[in-house]
Amino acid sequence: MSLFGEVPQAIPVAVFKLSNDFKDDPNPMKVNLGVGAYRTDEGQPWVLPVVKKVEKIIVADNSLNHEYLPILGLPEFRSSASKIALGEDSPAIQENRVGAVQCLGGTGALKMGAEFLRRWYNGNDNMKTPVYVSAPTWENHNSVFANAGFEDVRPYKYWDAEKRGLDLAGFLGDLETAPKHSIFVLHACAHNPTGTDPTHVEWMQVAEVMKRRKLFVFFDSAYQGFASGCLDKDAWAVRYFVTQGFEMFCAQSFSKNFGLYNERVGNLTIVARDADNVRRVLSQMEKIVRVTWSNPPSQGARLVAITLNTAELFAEWKDNVKTMADRVLSMRASLQAKLQALGTPGTWGHITQQIGMFSFTGLNPKQVEYMIKERSIYLMASGRINMCGLTTKNIDYVAKSIHETVVNVQ
Amino acid sequence: MALLKSSKIISTVWVHPPLGVRSIRASSWWSEVQMGPPDPILGVSEAYKRDTNPKKMNLGVGAYRDDQGKPYVLSCVRKAEAQIAAKKLDKEYLAIGGLGDFTKACAKLALGDNNEVIESGRNITVQTISGTGSLRIGANFLSRFHTEARDVYLPKPSWGNHTPIFRDAGMQLKAYTYYDPKTCGFDFQGALNDISKIPEKSVIMLHACAHNPTGVDPRPEQWKEIANLVKKRNLLVFFDMAYQGFASGDIDRDAWAVRYFIEQGHNIVLSQSFAKNMGLYGERVGGFTVVCKDAEEAKRVESQLKILIRPIYSNPPMNGARIAATILNTPDLYKEWLGEVHGMANRIITMRELLVANLKKEGSTQNWQHVIDQIGMFCFTGLKPEQVARLTKEFSVYMTKDGRISMAGVTSGNVGYLAQGIHAVTK
Repeated sequence: MSLFGEVPQAIPVAVFKLSNDFKDDPNPMKVNLGVGAYRTDEGQPWVLPVVKKVEKIIVADNSLNHEYLPILGLPEFRSSASKIALGEDSPAIQENRVGAVQCLGGTGALKMGAEFLRRWYNGNDNMKTPVYVSAPTWENHNSVFANAGFEDVRPYKYWDAEKRGLDLAGFLGDLETAPKHSIFVLHACAHNPTGTDPTHVEWMQVAEVMKRRKLFVFFDSAYQGFASGCLDKDAWAVRYFVTQGFEMFCAQSFSKNFGLYNERVGNLTIVARDADNVRRVLSQMEKIVRVTWSNPPSQGARLVAITLNTAELFAEWKDNVKTMADRVLSMRASLQAKLQALGTPGTWGHITQQIGMFSFTGLNPKQVEYMIKERSIYLMASGRINMCGLTTKNIDYVAKSIHETVVNVQ
Repeated sequence: MALLKSSKIISTVWVHPPLGVRSIRASSWWSEVQMGPPDPILGVSEAYKRDTNPKKMNLGVGAYRDDQGKPYVLSCVRKAEAQIAAKKLDKEYLAIGGLGDFTKACAKLALGDNNEVIESGRNITVQTISGTGSLRIGANFLSRFHTEARDVYLPKPSWGNHTPIFRDAGMQLKAYTYYDPKTCGFDFQGALNDISKIPEKSVIMLHACAHNPTGVDPRPEQWKEIANLVKKRNLLVFFDMAYQGFASGDIDRDAWAVRYFIEQGHNIVLSQSFAKNMGLYGERVGGFTVVCKDAEEAKRVESQLKILIRPIYSNPPMNGARIAATILNTPDLYKEWLGEVHGMANRIITMRELLVANLKKEGSTQNWQHVIDQIGMFCFTGLKPEQVARLTKEFSVYMTKDGRISMAGVTSGNVGYLAQGIHAVTK
């Protein structure tokens, strides 16, 4: 008789199962368009040249050790990371009303923010505050907030499947009818999974409703720099909201734009009314960190801090980021061109209109199944593909496969 | 590009915004957020930093220091890092459960070579964010799946962070007698009495070795009786092993209790930390193990652990686990590591002996045997709060109010001064 006799087998996380299935597939033509990690044109992971450089610096520096970081993380990482999101000359930074918590990746930053909000926002330990996530969204958003205790995690309209673009009216409508003080998780740029971002004008409309209706702004910024190739451009929405006077959270990930996936480098940036509020918020964040992981891992944060705080390395990093973004953009252009040349039924403009790592192809579940089973091309059931999985060598095969799928499977 | 250091955020003068903006600034979401109480241990370090006395000592720190009072990066760690750097590995996400090379070696280290549990595949070991992360995953797992009982019994006293971790995970905290302040030793009878009353299926937390904060460990015969009683009471055993190797200097000896309990048929859950024994503090290297009935159950439990981990941090950090795995899986690095752990433990033991010798030299007539009998990084001196306060004020010796000192902060250079101070406040 075991204490765990009743523990059921859990369904595996879809995106990881996809990768496992891909690994086991013997077909030499197989293509993995699943997990969101950058790949070179050779289909290989890419350790950024600047990262290699900084790693050497760290290894050579005998004054460095493996001592505990402070609970909130490496100070020079936290401040420079927040600067990346908000801009060097951000009024909020100049007014000393920005705080930060180094966290384990973007997930960790969302987690800390969610835990804090559940304890301290809209009352104390209020599990009933609605949390809105986009329809669709990164699937882990739901779990992060639910596990932090929020009982009411709901979708807000976002993706218009018919027109393959933003459902602005639906989005604004949900903002108008959401209960006051509801929390909204906004994708700062390169929306995952759709790749569809609001325009500046559309963001301004969103901000207007959120301010009027006192809704809480929680940005998820996992792709800054990766979307357009320009850090400032990709942070436009976050910075605009700051100028509008919002108190807000921004969960930052350095997994993609630094290629530091497995070092778990993230930052929760907090913008508040004033320094005193920041101070109290951070003191409570410390309590939450202490019962979750005590203090964050040092390697990745050190690496990012050195890079961001050294002029030549910072410039090199921005260049590396542009390299990645440019390759994605060229794959988008190429895929669209090939589908159009093949005369594939349907419209394919969305491939170049969408931005970032992902594209919502519009393929339905049956078509996705066909792609996987018949063509060994692995993508999410939602039709989401990772553009980074495309290379000049496999793009013809993928384009032809999409064509064949759309023609034969409805 | 001027850099904003975080400390400046809280200390600079508030700049008034333009008039038009002031109305928006009137209220804050966070007006009702109270200032959190300062961390008792961090507070000690902060006060130490501010003290200008050149003879000051920081005995609050729970991190090993060498005989010069400096942090110690193990030689085997540096070698492992060099080996890893030469391999030019990528930075792809680890699996949710962590690095396989690490988790396998982690389980083997705790359970021993050729352990039946590992061979039959009935353990699941996941990589965690050091000891804290491991305890937290364990607490979450028990909270969700161990629905027959909500109570976790901690020894009195226990590591300060145990209580908030389990509480935050939704468990209830109770205690069993452990430390005897009269002897500064183990209250064996008291423990047995309390344990015999614990309701069935409750969770009992046991420190595998080098009890924190007291340094008081049961002897093997005592462990045997505890194991027997715990089995009779049908309790779920949660071992916290943060100091394997660091206590006696011998990794097998320090894991003896864990292995004995498993041998006796307890399907335990176990938290391991590599912060201290590999000096990998800031890299956050740990493991969480559930010993299951069989391999099939282990698979089910594994799937649920992943579901718990994903919404916290998705997957664990690579760097420290890679270092630990390299050391554990490379014979000459492993051997070197065993030697270095032995060295660290030995230095601590030597400091204990020196402290007692110096106290005697000072003329102290108190019984200080417990300083030598206790084991691991910490020593429960038996000093009362008033004595601790004097020691801090008059001698600039910083420690926690409960009389706990970190022997790691003691060196051959300052042990004499420490003895002077302790004697002065206890004579």
